[in-house]
Amino acid sequence: MNVASLTIDQVRAGLRAKEFTATELAQAALDFAAAENAKTNAYLHFSAERALSAAAEVDAALGRGEDPGPLAGVPIAVKDVILVKDVRNTCASRLLEKFVAPYDATAVQRLEAAGGVIIGKANCDEFAMGSSNENSAFGPVRNPVALDRVPGGSSGGSAAVVAQGTAVVSLGSDTGGSIRQPASFCGVVGVTPTYGRVSRYGLVAFASSLDHIGPFARNVRDAATLLQSIAGRDPADSTSAFAPVADYSGAMTGDIRSMRLGLPKEYFAGLESETGGLVEKGIAALRRLGAEVREVSLPNTEYAISCYYVICTAEASSNLARYDGVRYTSRAAGANSLAGMYRETRGEGFGAECKRRIMLGTYVLSHGYYDAYYIKAQKVRTLIARDFANAFKEVDALITPVSPFPAFKLGEKLDDPMQMYLSDIYTITGDIAGIPCMSVPCGATHDGLPVGMQILTNHFEEAAMFRIAEAFERNGGIAAA
Amino acid sequence: MSVSPALREKYEAVIGLEVHVQLATRTKIFCACPTGFGAQPNTNVCPVCLGMPGALPVLNKRVVEMAVQAATALNCTVREESIFARKNYFYPDLPKGYQISQYDKPVAEHGFIDIVLPSGDHKRIGVTRAHLEDDAGKSIHDGFRDSDKYTYVDLNRTGTPLIEIVSEPDLRSADEAYAYLTELKLLMQYCDVSTCDMEKGHLRCDANVSVRLRGAPQFGTKAEVKNLNSFRFLKQAIDYEIDRQIELIEGGGRVIQETRLYNPDSGETVSMRSKEAAHDYRYFPEPDLLPLRIGTAWMSEIRGGMPELHPVKRARFITDYGLREYDADVLIQTREMSAYFEEAARVGGDGRTAANWVMGDLAGALKADSKEITESPVSAARLGELIKLIGSGAISGKLAKDIFAKMWTSEDSPEAIMDREGLRQISDTSAIEKILDEVLAANPKQVEQYKGGKTAVAGFLVGQVMKASRGQANPGMVQEMLKAKLS
Repeated sequence: MNVASLTIDQVRAGLRAKEFTATELAQAALDFAAAENAKTNAYLHFSAERALSAAAEVDAALGRGEDPGPLAGVPIAVKDVILVKDVRNTCASRLLEKFVAPYDATAVQRLEAAGGVIIGKANCDEFAMGSSNENSAFGPVRNPVALDRVPGGSSGGSAAVVAQGTAVVSLGSDTGGSIRQPASFCGVVGVTPTYGRVSRYGLVAFASSLDHIGPFARNVRDAATLLQSIAGRDPADSTSAFAPVADYSGAMTGDIRSMRLGLPKEYFAGLESETGGLVEKGIAALRRLGAEVREVSLPNTEYAISCYYVICTAEASSNLARYDGVRYTSRAAGANSLAGMYRETRGEGFGAECKRRIMLGTYVLSHGYYDAYYIKAQKVRTLIARDFANAFKEVDALITPVSPFPAFKLGEKLDDPMQMYLSDIYTITGDIAGIPCMSVPCGATHDGLPVGMQILTNHFEEAAMFRIAEAFERNGGIAAA
Repeated sequence: MSVSPALREKYEAVIGLEVHVQLATRTKIFCACPTGFGAQPNTNVCPVCLGMPGALPVLNKRVVEMAVQAATALNCTVREESIFARKNYFYPDLPKGYQISQYDKPVAEHGFIDIVLPSGDHKRIGVTRAHLEDDAGKSIHDGFRDSDKYTYVDLNRTGTPLIEIVSEPDLRSADEAYAYLTELKLLMQYCDVSTCDMEKGHLRCDANVSVRLRGAPQFGTKAEVKNLNSFRFLKQAIDYEIDRQIELIEGGGRVIQETRLYNPDSGETVSMRSKEAAHDYRYFPEPDLLPLRIGTAWMSEIRGGMPELHPVKRARFITDYGLREYDADVLIQTREMSAYFEEAARVGGDGRTAANWVMGDLAGALKADSKEITESPVSAARLGELIKLIGSGAISGKLAKDIFAKMWTSEDSPEAIMDREGLRQISDTSAIEKILDEVLAANPKQVEQYKGGKTAVAGFLVGQVMKASRGQANPGMVQEMLKAKLS
């Protein structure tokens, strides 16, 4: 077996043909990932014990002639902000360096119930805040495609392990583009489902009203299979949706004739880069496959970044309050008052980006500023969501770039937060509206840097999104143009 | 500190109360942990109430039902949609770093409580709002070997459901505040949403107090007084605070807006933090919970299950059982006592007698044994049986008291005790006549005196008969037969 290029279908076939057992595959994946990790630093730690026991269960089920589930034996990485019981969960922060998860996230439970084998926890930006994975307290992740470049963020590790072949699929989280942007930078598929489609229970909160768990994979079908396994109502998350989960696999017919695709003009203005050219080619391919393409407008797009950074920092400032040195976090030594203990613990423990967002969020929620910032941002959020709702009256899906540029060099934007924030300019609107969106590989630049094309559909229309992405992929991506 | 009555008269106090009532649910407001009191520290906890990373709140349905019942008792409007909000502040016993409360859209608003003043007058006190929130844990600052260095934290209480009830500044004295809190407590107990046990912290009260020259149109600057953990402290603290503010103003000073803490040992309030040092709680809507929507169908279902509140019960006791107003007032003082009374009255078939027993012998016996009415060894039904025996003439009131004493220490029915002890009242004419004849024969001197017109001696003779019958003779019959025999 070639661990580095396996798909879910190949794992299933291999297990059925008894080419390998789940245990053998798990051990091989663990060994391979451990050996390769020095190149990218994509894994923070491995969960060998848990992986081998999950694999043993799959083997036992197979031995009894039972169906061990759609993810049977599949080696999976999980972003280190999603709790896996008895496994360390650091959120790439010094504060949680020694924190061991006391329970399983719902997505993790479902993934294992489907036969998945979690082999380790993927590196990310601290508390999922960042666009380059350089904000990890445990060192940046290098892009497997070009090791001097960032993998994107915040789910940089989850994207990198899939691109590198050290996991078949992975789970990441997306608050403003943290799945799609790294997926596009690493040349893999990344999916942000509808808000409420996948339970957030056990996902360490960054910005609760924007946080999503979603899959990474090397092909659309695998991403869909992973999402199918974890989606659906969870009573432990009040914001999880009751809407039934569609059959994604059945929706991927390869036929997108007569589907109406919209190009929001605000997303293409001034995009004259190589990235723009590749996305144009992607659109041409979709047109060739029979889709009807037209221009649409999302007039409030220009306010998205401001809106996003008010809401996400406000929620983050509150969500990160619990890391206070009292219970499970590290605690600064030597403080001689309660306020001092808080100050020093948090001062030492949080990285610069977390501190920046806590301060911004505290400010926008403060007495006298709340209406001008938070309330205004919520109104803008409503307007942006309305833009999408209007667009989806005319079209079935929207096609846009994922990021204005491909993977940049390590350190290149580290000192310029505004530049860094702009790398999410095309992705944050989907989170603000809570609609499903994904990045599908759309060729590479002359330097060989992958570029992603973003597909967005209306709430709970993941099936249509997968159908477009899979048809595009099946026909060779931009080669079909 | 105490200002003269004249000075008091010059000023008017303006008081509003913020009352926290712990809802008596079995489980916490946002998780399934038990709410029990007295468990080992940090055992009634889970990832949700511990504020573990990634844990999410799920609203307890029972809490909403209780909130609607409480709101109904407080004559409030229940909002069709209310919003939970985060109240952000740092404290070691607040594991999430925020309390989940309600801010601009509370579950209930615009209500009132009618109180009775010591003068007997009625007054309507506005209830501004009632909102739901989760309780924090407990910081334990002493009692440990290393308490000089460390504070211990017990998170068992974290996530216990509370409803905070905020009054309008309609109260004008400590007595009014006392009456308001008394009435509020009764309402919460009667609608069965809380035990309101102040010792256990199930009822907690803060007071906003200001004074102004009588007749002045504007309110004075208020101070918030905290730590009023008993009815007595509430009254003392408010009286102290009124006097303090009057003296301050009279002395040329100015009241500053601040939070003050009542110290029950000294009877004084002391400054805790100034307005400048007040927390900015940075309220914003809780993104982990959906807006709480209570539809009309659910609302009427909950309201349909409302127990009878004490003002209605009081009126009914007077009309249905013919009780005096005073007795009805006493019997509704607790929900348990009113329920006990009604059961005893129902079984005994006589409300007035039941009222006398509950307020008299039963209350006395409970007090002597330091027992609550819920712990009474004599159940309401058993007392009812005793009352029935009195009504049927089977026993006299005097005998009933003896039987009641025996019921207190055994589980037997009054009937069984009566039979066992041979305590049945003698109402048989021939039996009484026999004893009477013996008594008359044994006391010729008194018989002579009676016949000579000194009829007061009859009391002595009746007493002798009762004694000879060991108290069992029907005293009314003895009296009449004596009269007939000697006339």
